[in-house]
Amino acid sequence: MTALAKEKRSSGPAAGQVPANDSSGLDASGQHSLLRFITCGSVDDGKSTLIGRMLYEAGAVLDDQLDTLDADSRKFGTQGTQPDFALLVDGLSAEREQGITIDVAYRYFATEKRSFIVADTPGHEQYTRNMATGASTADLAIILIDARKGLLPQTRRHSFIVSLVGVRHVVVAVNKMDLVGYDETVFRRIVADYREATKSLGFASVRFVPVSARDGENVMRRSPAMPWHDGPALLPLLETIAVAPERQGEGGFVLPVQWVNRPNLDFRGYAGLAVRGRARVGDAVTVLPSGRASRIARLIGAAGEASNAAVGQAVTVTLEDDVDVSRGDVIVAASSSVPAGREMKARLLWTGERALLQGGQFLLKLATQSANATLEVLHHSIDIEGFRPVPAQSLRMNGIGFVSLKLDKPVIALPYQENRELGGFILIDRISNETVAFGFVEAAAGEADAGGVATGQLARLRQTLIRTVGRSGTPDRRLWLAAVSWRLLSTAGLFLAAWAVTEQVGISAVLALGDIALRPLLRRLHALLWRERADSALQDGAGI
Amino acid sequence: MIQLSHLQKLEAEAIFIIREVVATCDKPVLLYSIGKDSAVLLHLAMKAFYPAKPPFPLLHVDTTWKFREMIAFRDETAARLGLDLIVHVNQEGVKAGIGPFASGSRIHTDVMKTQGLKQALDLHKFDAAFGGARRDEEKSRAKERVFSLRSPEHRWDPKNQRPEPWQLFNTRKHKGESFRVFPLSNWTERDVWDYIALENIQVVPLYFAAPRPVVKRDGAWIMRDDERMGLLPGEVVESRMVRFRTLGCYPLTGAVESEAASLTEIIAEMRSSRSSERQGRVIDHDGAGSMEQKKQEGYF
Repeated sequence: MTALAKEKRSSGPAAGQVPANDSSGLDASGQHSLLRFITCGSVDDGKSTLIGRMLYEAGAVLDDQLDTLDADSRKFGTQGTQPDFALLVDGLSAEREQGITIDVAYRYFATEKRSFIVADTPGHEQYTRNMATGASTADLAIILIDARKGLLPQTRRHSFIVSLVGVRHVVVAVNKMDLVGYDETVFRRIVADYREATKSLGFASVRFVPVSARDGENVMRRSPAMPWHDGPALLPLLETIAVAPERQGEGGFVLPVQWVNRPNLDFRGYAGLAVRGRARVGDAVTVLPSGRASRIARLIGAAGEASNAAVGQAVTVTLEDDVDVSRGDVIVAASSSVPAGREMKARLLWTGERALLQGGQFLLKLATQSANATLEVLHHSIDIEGFRPVPAQSLRMNGIGFVSLKLDKPVIALPYQENRELGGFILIDRISNETVAFGFVEAAAGEADAGGVATGQLARLRQTLIRTVGRSGTPDRRLWLAAVSWRLLSTAGLFLAAWAVTEQVGISAVLALGDIALRPLLRRLHALLWRERADSALQDGAGI
Repeated sequence: MIQLSHLQKLEAEAIFIIREVVATCDKPVLLYSIGKDSAVLLHLAMKAFYPAKPPFPLLHVDTTWKFREMIAFRDETAARLGLDLIVHVNQEGVKAGIGPFASGSRIHTDVMKTQGLKQALDLHKFDAAFGGARRDEEKSRAKERVFSLRSPEHRWDPKNQRPEPWQLFNTRKHKGESFRVFPLSNWTERDVWDYIALENIQVVPLYFAAPRPVVKRDGAWIMRDDERMGLLPGEVVESRMVRFRTLGCYPLTGAVESEAASLTEIIAEMRSSRSSERQGRVIDHDGAGSMEQKKQEGYF
């Protein structure tokens, strides 16, 4: 047994009490809450060391892995005889040899309060696309800053990319505080610099923690070396931080058809992952882009035959009518608006080795749709250190630009801000088959292409109304009618009861109307009382 | 709003990945290694295409050194589900007398497993092969893509992997290239067992503790599954309550002493365990980066 493993077994902070992969922490809905986050920052800021340290402190590094770490640290380590926690995550030989992170690594660990999926992403500019990949599925980003160096160009680049892919919460970990003598003024200056630099990026929350990843200061518990820091240590902060709830449930049902399941003549199902809303058997739907209408006949979910399905579920639907549907078509609730068009305005993160030029032709993949895309206009590129548009003739690797694309067939898309699945796409080089760009839809033009798609203020009003009362003939409408009739009946009952006692129409009417008006108000107040409390500092601007 | 649980999200993601392969590749195959991860993968494939059956066969690359209970379970499972099962043995390796005792774990794994797999994929011209590997198993696996592109020679280039943003997979490939696809990438060992319990999935009985004939060799409990395992001087076969956390070739798979004879007990044991599941795998310890090396050579 090695020294490290021994120390862990006897006095390690979490050994024995918090086993790895424990999931006793449940959220309010009785489910284990999950936080997906990434670490990013410049080269040698200590990202991998920090993750290795967090895994270790959370008890997620098991004894045989600690033994391996001990041996590896002596062979490849950069910390002398001390364990080099970066070696827990840098899994490729090339990474160990060079002591850098090349590719994104996903690690899984849990504390008693929360479980985590962390993507450790590379700091080198050359590997920015791997960093963006990690960010694309994250709820939160930890941005590391070396206390000795302060903000670097890469800090600004990563902050911008994080905001581009829609990560709304940032924790800035000012690392290597041990090397600046745990000096509060150094920390304060970096906090001020970062706030100033990123104020235009629109993060919902930005928090700061001074740490020393190598020594574990302010990682698991508050550091006695930095008594001036009044916030929580990093891991406790991640355990409690509230990230904005997913909003993709809003709006009507959308199912991009992934595969047509046709085992025999009697069954034709359309399989895919629902990316918005919910559906019930009997719901009226439209198939885009053809605009054909039908109703849902059967719904098959992961657990078999179902009466309804919701966003995030892998489902197979059958329709009442024999309409022609194939992969790439999109089945949407008849009440919903999803535009289809042959033109698209988007932001691109260019990941190809060769520069993007005007007129370039690519294969675009968005959800399950594919189309040939031509770069019609490169409007400008974005200087991702100053976050300003600059005129550009081309985009080099890791550059970001705003473009217009022309498509050879209608593509059904939504702005990325509204829906990631229908707003995020990739461009593929048709010769090398490489993924050369990540795309973020800003606006899909040519909305008139879609059959019966509603636009404008009036249509939006109508949709809001439909969302509330349901479409006629659907279960939603029945539910709404049932709720209304129950409310009217109970009010009438109260009126009669009051009248029977008081024999005064006025008093009875006031009571009954008060019941109608007051009850929802009281219910809302009561719900407010029982609402789960988020970290107060997160409330401002978080939209919670 | 229906809130999906963590397991339901993982399930939906895996089903999506499995369907994406079938929708975009010509001739997929499911690499069935008989273990718990394969069991979950197969279960998800059955769901993904319900009411149809998965439109691809199962492939087992048999090293001829698997536990006998695994082989029985494999045949029984394929028959019960009514699926095509292809069993491939590297006959050249058999002729050359390759085996874990005669040749050592490294050569045995390379010839019987890695080369055998490549032979089978080439022979049947499969262009996509599902595997049950998870990123939490091992460090180089943590860097693996869901759709892992392999050259016509089946090589993996870890430094030049395609980025995979969101759940958007670039499934384009040139003639001769193929994909290894890992729908369970984001699952942990714990998720796998929780799901097996939740869905009541059948697994090989070797995962459950029972008295078994074992020999202590190089610090590990090796089960003497047949007469091919000779005893070294001083070794004795003992009957002990043991079970396996992973399953492979029996001479290369260490058992753990355990009383856990049910799913609940296994999950409880795992929660308090201080060692990783691959600890019992001899092939993972052939030197730092050895898994990466094997993967580059075409191993799963």
